Amino acid sequence: MNKPEHIDVQVEVVGASIVFRPLGEIDLGRAPSLRMQLKEAQAKKSERLIVDLVNVPYMDSSGVATLIEAMQTARKTGARLVLCGLQDKVRSIFEIAKLNMVFTIVPGLEDAHGA
Amino acid sequence: MGELGTGAPAMKLELLSQPRLLSAARALVSTFAQRLGFDEILCGQITLAVDEALCNIINHGYGRREDQPIWMSIWAVERDEATANGQEAGLRIVLEDNARQVDPSTIRSRNLEDVRPGGLGVYIMREIMDEVLFEKREGQGMRLTLVKRFDSTRPHETEGAEASEGGGRR
Repeated sequence: MNKPEHIDVQVEVVGASIVFRPLGEIDLGRAPSLRMQLKEAQAKKSERLIVDLVNVPYMDSSGVATLIEAMQTARKTGARLVLCGLQDKVRSIFEIAKLNMVFTIVPGLEDAHGA
Repeated sequence: MGELGTGAPAMKLELLSQPRLLSAARALVSTFAQRLGFDEILCGQITLAVDEALCNIINHGYGRREDQPIWMSIWAVERDEATANGQEAGLRIVLEDNARQVDPSTIRSRNLEDVRPGGLGVYIMREIMDEVLFEKREGQGMRLTLVKRFDSTRPHETEGAEASEGGGRR
């Protein structure tokens, strides 16, 4: 039971953006896998990293911490990090932690490409 | 009104300190809260608070060791039952562990304006729940009591940007 949990992620390049789409719940067990895959995506140095959370029904502060780290990396490299597709439970943690004003959060993928 | 949840717990569960068990614990708490009558938003928030508490025990209490015990006890008082017994209605969840003890008074807040990874767990618990009480258990380990009442207004309160951190638990 010591093997880290994996989270599946779809990654696609759309113009100057990378769309990063995790599939499933993000918690303490899966956050390390998410972190590693986010680093790989950011190493491709796109202008914009869109994290599409449409298929993420739940996220705890481990997932939020991973996204904060990704945002800090993006700022260092001059890239934009945009979140979209937040379900209610996921949006709730951003609001409780008052991070909805820190991240660029838009409703859907179409909006994210222009954010 | 009497204290919410006295006597034997409605449920007592022992689980190991493994992150992959969090989803099962969340499902249990969510279902319990839902059947008790909390709305969908509150069920989600209560579940998040318990998840954060378990993460803290696993991460900071046990230092990610996966073979350690965590005990979760749940007391539930429905509205009708509360009226009849003179108790408060809601949910009381107690988490106990054998992890290293910390002085509860050192579990303090950090400013949310300091945006950085980590350190949000206790803040989230305190934002959501009506009571968050850390205690040392007799002998070894810690006890965390989380209470959510039906008449609570906490989930809609957003003032106070202080997050708890310290004592190795955050």
